[in-house]
Amino acid sequence: MGKETTYETVIGLEVHAQLLIRSKIFCGCSTQFGADPNTQTCPVCLGLPGALPVLNRKAVEYAIRMALAVHCQVHTRSIFARKNYFYPDLPKGYQISQYEEPLAENGQVIIMPEEGKRKTIRIKRIHLEEDAGKSVHAEEYVTENESFIDLNRCGVPLIEIVSEPDMRSPFEAYLYLTKLRQLLRWLNICDGNMDEGSLRCDANISHRIQGSRQLGVKTELKNMNSFRGVEKALQFEVERQRKVLESGGKIEQETLLWDEKKGIAVPMREKEEAHDYRYFPDPDLIPLTLDRKWIDTILQSQPEMIEPRKERWMRDYGLPEYDCSVLTEDREIADYFETVVEKVRDPKQASNWVMGEVLRILKEEKIKIGQLKISPIQLVEIIKMVDDGRITRAAGKRVFNEVVLSSLEPRQIVEKLGLVQVSDREEIERIVLDVIQHHPNEVEKYRNGGERLFGFFVGQIMKATQGKADPKLVNEILREKLVGQKNPC
Amino acid sequence: MTGKSDFQSVRQLLAAGDINCQDLTQQYIEKINEGDKKFNAFISILGEMAREQAVAVDRKMAEGRAGRLTGMIVAVKDIISMKGTRTTCGSKILKNYISPYDATVIERLKAEDAILIGKTNMDEFGMGSSSENSAFQPVKNPYDLERIPGGSSGGSAVAVSAGMAMSALGTDTGGSVRQPAALTGVVGLRPTYGRISRYGLIAFASSLDQIGILSQTVTDCAEILQVIAGRDDRDSTSSDQPIPEYNTFLSRDVKGLQIGMPSEFFGEGLDKEIKQEIDKIADLLQNGGANVREVSLPHADYGIATYYLICTAEASSNLARYDGVHYGFRKDHLTELESMYTITRSQGFGDEVKRRIMLGTYVLSAGYYEAYYRKAQKVRTIIRQDYERVFKTCDIIIGPTTPTTAFRLGEKSHDPLRMYLSDIYTVSAPLAGVPSISVPIGKDSKGLPIGFQITAKPFGEGQCLRVAHWIEKNINHQ
Repeated sequence: MGKETTYETVIGLEVHAQLLIRSKIFCGCSTQFGADPNTQTCPVCLGLPGALPVLNRKAVEYAIRMALAVHCQVHTRSIFARKNYFYPDLPKGYQISQYEEPLAENGQVIIMPEEGKRKTIRIKRIHLEEDAGKSVHAEEYVTENESFIDLNRCGVPLIEIVSEPDMRSPFEAYLYLTKLRQLLRWLNICDGNMDEGSLRCDANISHRIQGSRQLGVKTELKNMNSFRGVEKALQFEVERQRKVLESGGKIEQETLLWDEKKGIAVPMREKEEAHDYRYFPDPDLIPLTLDRKWIDTILQSQPEMIEPRKERWMRDYGLPEYDCSVLTEDREIADYFETVVEKVRDPKQASNWVMGEVLRILKEEKIKIGQLKISPIQLVEIIKMVDDGRITRAAGKRVFNEVVLSSLEPRQIVEKLGLVQVSDREEIERIVLDVIQHHPNEVEKYRNGGERLFGFFVGQIMKATQGKADPKLVNEILREKLVGQKNPC
Repeated sequence: MTGKSDFQSVRQLLAAGDINCQDLTQQYIEKINEGDKKFNAFISILGEMAREQAVAVDRKMAEGRAGRLTGMIVAVKDIISMKGTRTTCGSKILKNYISPYDATVIERLKAEDAILIGKTNMDEFGMGSSSENSAFQPVKNPYDLERIPGGSSGGSAVAVSAGMAMSALGTDTGGSVRQPAALTGVVGLRPTYGRISRYGLIAFASSLDQIGILSQTVTDCAEILQVIAGRDDRDSTSSDQPIPEYNTFLSRDVKGLQIGMPSEFFGEGLDKEIKQEIDKIADLLQNGGANVREVSLPHADYGIATYYLICTAEASSNLARYDGVHYGFRKDHLTELESMYTITRSQGFGDEVKRRIMLGTYVLSAGYYEAYYRKAQKVRTIIRQDYERVFKTCDIIIGPTTPTTAFRLGEKSHDPLRMYLSDIYTVSAPLAGVPSISVPIGKDSKGLPIGFQITAKPFGEGQCLRVAHWIEKNINHQ
């Protein structure tokens, strides 16, 4: 007795991802974001009397891609169901979703909460559903006491990915969500933008006494609009629950809305959450039956996935795991790197260039790699020139920046700026001696143990040659001259 | 109906150039304007639209490219969407709703130059068996204006029965085409679920709803079916089964046909006079070379209960969209969403519709789903298996369409259960997914029409039409 009870946090996530498909899930209307309100609608997505849904096969294909990527079992038969509730932006009074027989079940993803520690998060199910419309309350054209409805989003294809309650901290939930986004983007089936709502996340949070197998009473957390928001909201709710429990209280089952600005979660009105959705199979849609062969075709045409690709690079190119992780965060970057690494002598060089220069530019310019003005082939050319000793590494970086700015070819830039490496021994010797002569004080200090000044001299020499001097020769000659003059005759 | 239908006569006159579509259309508009004061069969008369259509059809005829339904004056149940027309479903909640698109059946009828003359009255959203549950006026039976015409497609049945249209489209969820056809002395076909596209048909119970045809003769029925049947990519539940030439069935006799009479359809509650007339037809068929014998559909008794669990469940969801937000009736000047829903729906729907929405909501509720909805689906399967078993040895199943002839207005409107029982012989075909036709075979001592029901295997509309046509022909010779 007297021993304090410790609680374990248990988190499960329900993630909705908008599929990157041009037309809606049950009609041919466009899914383009940002069109004028209600311009991308038809009798089907408006839920007009008599209109009927027809399933978009592309949405099924994309859902299967995600299911396969997270190792789910894809069912050859699944059922669309109606989720019944009243809401102004839900024109049919029900949402077409899947309930009892979802498209896919029992998958998993791996997260890495600590360096070298892998953790499996199980995925309970993935199903297809349609998005609802949007209520517009606070816009300039909406007066007080008025609400408008935009049904453009109605019928946009979604997949819902439901995890098992396998996460033990807000950080793990954050990692899991990030992992899902990485996979969705890798497959190019969702753009993963939480702020535009193309990726949405609800969380179930509960606590139990450490070691207990039974789950505690959970609360549901909604309205989190960014990745960091999810982590912050979860931290908030975990803290709140812990305080309640540690002071001997009980958790009420309820739904909370995250208020990003205030940084708090507030309970939803009771009426809004007292739902019995009365799910039942949608009689307008026949059961979705899938041909095994089609699933196999999709599997065959999946891009090489993240883990296998990382492992291949580690094995074939001898790259560190860290490099492989960074380079596989985005499939287009991975593809870019792959094109580069295949054509250069030293894989690590390729990795350094892409991780260093390419990622730096993307970050600085806030652009995607598709918008980058330097092609992998041009980067290969630069790396080769450095590798051959034609230009120095420092000059290479300059060329890289110039290509981005001017869209000239690397070779043209090298010529235009006269960056061909100075590797003439006599030439470099002359410059080294010149620098030594001009800095007698530094030479003195160096000789009296100021070894760190070596870099200063290198800098001066590089400055004098505009970075074109062969660094190896510079080092060799400089050392020789500095030491050589230690004992003047 | 003796001899030729109005359509077959008109077709000859049109071909001979003795009449044109514009005159014909005008005649019917006048007939409706005059005659319908008594019957309330129409909710909207499409005078302008029909005249414009007639002008176009006359032009096509002159150019020699008129469609196969040229000269057919068709009334459409007001639950089928027609572009630019009010489509009310007989409800206050859709009183001023104008559909912005055509149902697939409407497109197909227009393409073959049928003239669409008006939208017909009905039980609200198809819920009823007397056409008294209309937000407009109750429809009256041409054989006795004190009596109901059946429902829910009562307006369509009366339009045809009283000669205000040559034929009509109705919808049949549990008998809503066949029962009014029987009570008003016309032909009423409910095809197999999936035979005719439901796109544009406003849903009551999606897994049971099917568009059907009401006509003066079996031949006219076959002509229309030929045009509107078939796969539609806009309806996932429509079938791609090939469509036979239905008129080839009409010339065939009944020799060698195996016919089953389910004993369950001749038990308590069946009017004696109807039973006698049905037996006479059975003898007629037997004498015509068919082999008529008793069969059993042991779970037929569960039909009504099963039907009302499934149709109310689906209706509760299908009718959720009438919430006052997007279109249709809305109770205005309310400041709170919840009360807008409640008051709009309380005032917009009639009693029977509300009753079924509540029943259906209950049936689907957590804790009751298994006991009611799921169980009903299981019984539905068992009922279908009953039919499958009988159809292993029988080509068709025959029996009465209704237990009684037309009853009096108001007679059952306060006793829903008694009202539901008027569908006792018609509900099982929709549950089993088989086609069924009602053909008039005579009148009772009060002069009220009696209907005879013929049910065939899935997609056996040809067989239904064949036997119905044979009966029609041979009765006329008596």
